[in-house]
Amino acid sequence: MSAAIVDDDVAAWRSAVTKGGAVTPADADELESHLRDEIGELKAAGLADDEAFLVAVKRLGRVDVLTAEFAREHSDRLWKQLVLTHGADAGMPERFPFRMGMFAVVAAVLLDVAQALGRFTTAGDTVLRDLGFFVLPVLAAYFVVDRRLPLRRAVVLAAPVVVLALAVNLYPLRGGGDTALLVAAHLPVLLWFVVGAAYLAGGGRAGVRRMDFVRFSGEWAIYFVLIGLGGGVLVGLTALVLAPITPSAGDALSTWVIPAGAGGAVIVAAWLVEAKKNVIENLAPVLTAIFTPLFAAMLLVAAAVYGVFGIGRDFDRNLLIVFDALLLVVLALVLYGLSARDPLRRAGPMDAVRTTAVVAALLLDLLVLGSMLARIGELGLTPNRVAALGLNLLLVVDLGVTAWLSIRLLAGRSTAARLERWQTAYLPVFGVWAAVVVLVLPPAFGFA
Amino acid sequence: MDKDLVAAMASPLVLAILAEGDSYGYAILKRVRELSHDELEWSDGMLYPLLHRLERSGHVRADWGASPEGRRRRYYAITDAGRSQLADQRRQWDTATRTLGGIWGHTASPTLGMA
Repeated sequence: MSAAIVDDDVAAWRSAVTKGGAVTPADADELESHLRDEIGELKAAGLADDEAFLVAVKRLGRVDVLTAEFAREHSDRLWKQLVLTHGADAGMPERFPFRMGMFAVVAAVLLDVAQALGRFTTAGDTVLRDLGFFVLPVLAAYFVVDRRLPLRRAVVLAAPVVVLALAVNLYPLRGGGDTALLVAAHLPVLLWFVVGAAYLAGGGRAGVRRMDFVRFSGEWAIYFVLIGLGGGVLVGLTALVLAPITPSAGDALSTWVIPAGAGGAVIVAAWLVEAKKNVIENLAPVLTAIFTPLFAAMLLVAAAVYGVFGIGRDFDRNLLIVFDALLLVVLALVLYGLSARDPLRRAGPMDAVRTTAVVAALLLDLLVLGSMLARIGELGLTPNRVAALGLNLLLVVDLGVTAWLSIRLLAGRSTAARLERWQTAYLPVFGVWAAVVVLVLPPAFGFA
Repeated sequence: MDKDLVAAMASPLVLAILAEGDSYGYAILKRVRELSHDELEWSDGMLYPLLHRLERSGHVRADWGASPEGRRRRYYAITDAGRSQLADQRRQWDTATRTLGGIWGHTASPTLGMA
């Protein structure tokens, strides 16, 4: 037994001790120093190298008991901290995020400018439309600067935003009209695709990078909601504190502070997602794991009920919107489930649950499509029916292929990677459809 | 020896050893074995979380140094706060041993006296 083999043993023991995170490398240094002192002493007393190692390790105590004792003493270490000032050692991009701060201020100011111009006071649909234009291009610009894109690429990204802005503002859309509402609903989606293009710029394999943007979107939404909750508490308390002095403080806050705060939060949330990527587990897949079985059960019940009783005559626009939202949620569950799944692992129970959800959703979507076609045959095409029909056709194709690939995956004849490729390859189709709804539908129906 | 009793005397024992002079983990344990005539069952690794707790409460100070062979080694020294804590604990242990000695009919045995 040579000293080199003892070194290997010590290294293996060391990695076992540090694995859980309760024992830091510095602690491990201290323990290793102790271990080597003990080994040295035992060898001096006549033990062979390997015997000395075994006795020394035994005297130090079982690794699990030892790490548990360290964990009890240093319980804070088990909570991974998001320390934004640690610079390089936590994998952070910058020391202080001046750039992010600048863009957040720009987004906040732009929204207040929009407010001052009275953009949010007109009919309800302009709110969504303008929110998109005042904030999302700023987020895209942040990524352009952050990723140091050359001017040419930036222009390519800016072009669609300019075209959209011109089209939407030059179209004689009637406030509250069908096409105006459709534009308002689809424009943020379209702008989010522009943000995605800016996020993805910089190369890498398209499918893999797209999945990164899907992950980014989910985490961004979670951070945005959390920041919004905190901001709500702050604004509410501020209004209550100021109320005795200036009773109108609440109005001023909701007019100026809330839009500005929301605009800033869009950028801050995006920066946070990027900054903490390496630090904390992603939340979207955790939520997905919780909700996939629940949605699968709900979809099964819904599919069974509608399958037995039919969709009925009362299937109106509001219910259609609910169904479309439900189907999009199912797709999101599939996407985030896949995003956290090791593509090489064999099919497990979660895949079966997901497949159940997808098949039930497909059945529901077919029922919806049938009822919609019947309605169109009876009453003719309107902008709303075209938009709904298009979205449901896209969903049927997506869900159909997903169901087919999921079943093959369960049967062991396909891989999760194949399913993931399908999902990421299909995503741009939704963007193209949103562009059709925003740019083509209004003129086609005379801006009704 | 009972685990709870060992845990209770561990911190005054370590502080008392450090009051004799600066030391490091392995040497502290050797001193413990020597003082208890190997009767105190203590797995070596448990000493370090205890030392870290004493460091955090300000009773000892720790500094990285090197062993004679050039290995990194952490040396511990008792602080003034540690000394007054030790004096306080010593009073309490004296009371405990006196009380038990009163009923058992003799004063502190050598093993208990070391605290």
